[in-house]
Amino acid sequence: MIVNFFFYLFAAVMLVSATLVIVSRNPVHSVLFLILTFFNAAALFLIAGAEFLAMILVVVYVGAVAVLFLFVVMMLDIDFEELRGGFQRYAGVGAAVGVALLVEFALTFGGWTLAPNVDALRMSPTPANVSNTQALGQVLYTDYIFLFQMAGLVLLVAMIGAIVLTLRDRKSSRHQNIRMQNSRTVAETLEVVTISLGAGTTESGGFLRRHATPEPEPEPVDDHGHH
Amino acid sequence: MTSVSLTHYLIVSAIMLVIGVFGIFLNRKNVIIMLMAIELILLAVNLNLVAFSAALNDLAGQVMAMFVLTVAAAEAAIGLAIVLVYFRNRGSIQVEDVNLMKG
Repeated sequence: MIVNFFFYLFAAVMLVSATLVIVSRNPVHSVLFLILTFFNAAALFLIAGAEFLAMILVVVYVGAVAVLFLFVVMMLDIDFEELRGGFQRYAGVGAAVGVALLVEFALTFGGWTLAPNVDALRMSPTPANVSNTQALGQVLYTDYIFLFQMAGLVLLVAMIGAIVLTLRDRKSSRHQNIRMQNSRTVAETLEVVTISLGAGTTESGGFLRRHATPEPEPEPVDDHGHH
Repeated sequence: MTSVSLTHYLIVSAIMLVIGVFGIFLNRKNVIIMLMAIELILLAVNLNLVAFSAALNDLAGQVMAMFVLTVAAAEAAIGLAIVLVYFRNRGSIQVEDVNLMKG
């Protein structure tokens, strides 16, 4: 069967690239293999009939998350060779845990069957005669609307959290200080000076302020905003 | 589901999950690769959900997979922000140094 062939192809490429994500020496290569993994997982989703999720996986993961990883990897100036140490030290523990997990999966899978009344136990049966996207929308915006709103809230919290964590004030950048602007009074800004006739001419030194304060030198500004 | 059985999907996602767990152990010093391994684990979970959803004709699995995707995206953003702040403060991303932050 052609479908089976493509399933094996995509699954094999996905597993190989997932392995390369965790063993490759260069983190940039890791990110690129992660992108390949996501693409192949999207193909597996397509084979399973979940078209909308496949497209979401490509758009959200490859377009946003993987690029975010790439940004961070390239932005941080890290000696990645230094981080390679301990590879062998932890490989044994990792392999032991991995094998234990696999054995547990095999044991679970060996004694596992579907419930006899599985059709009656479905939470939201797939609506018939509509495309996958339409069916997902019909279910998501009715039965799962509160969960959907909560997902939006999670994203909002994540966004605010990421901004709060990474935003920092630079001393050199000039901000508008609204409190200082609002607390200014007329008295300290404006001064009404009564000048006798002829005292303000150029011959007598021009307009003279009583409190002649020199204009403060602006601080040197090396760069604006954040990098 | 067309002709690929549920078993195939379960085996693939089980292997995927084990690769992710192994990756966390293997890269104990590099936080970024650990975050990527977590993404792999969540992808394995999504694969499982979608496979069951398709096999049982139940759309709830795909809805849950979408929520898992949302949480994974949020987790990646926060995790990378923490890595960034940690790198600014210490100049490295060695996980083993993290316990120096104990107050």
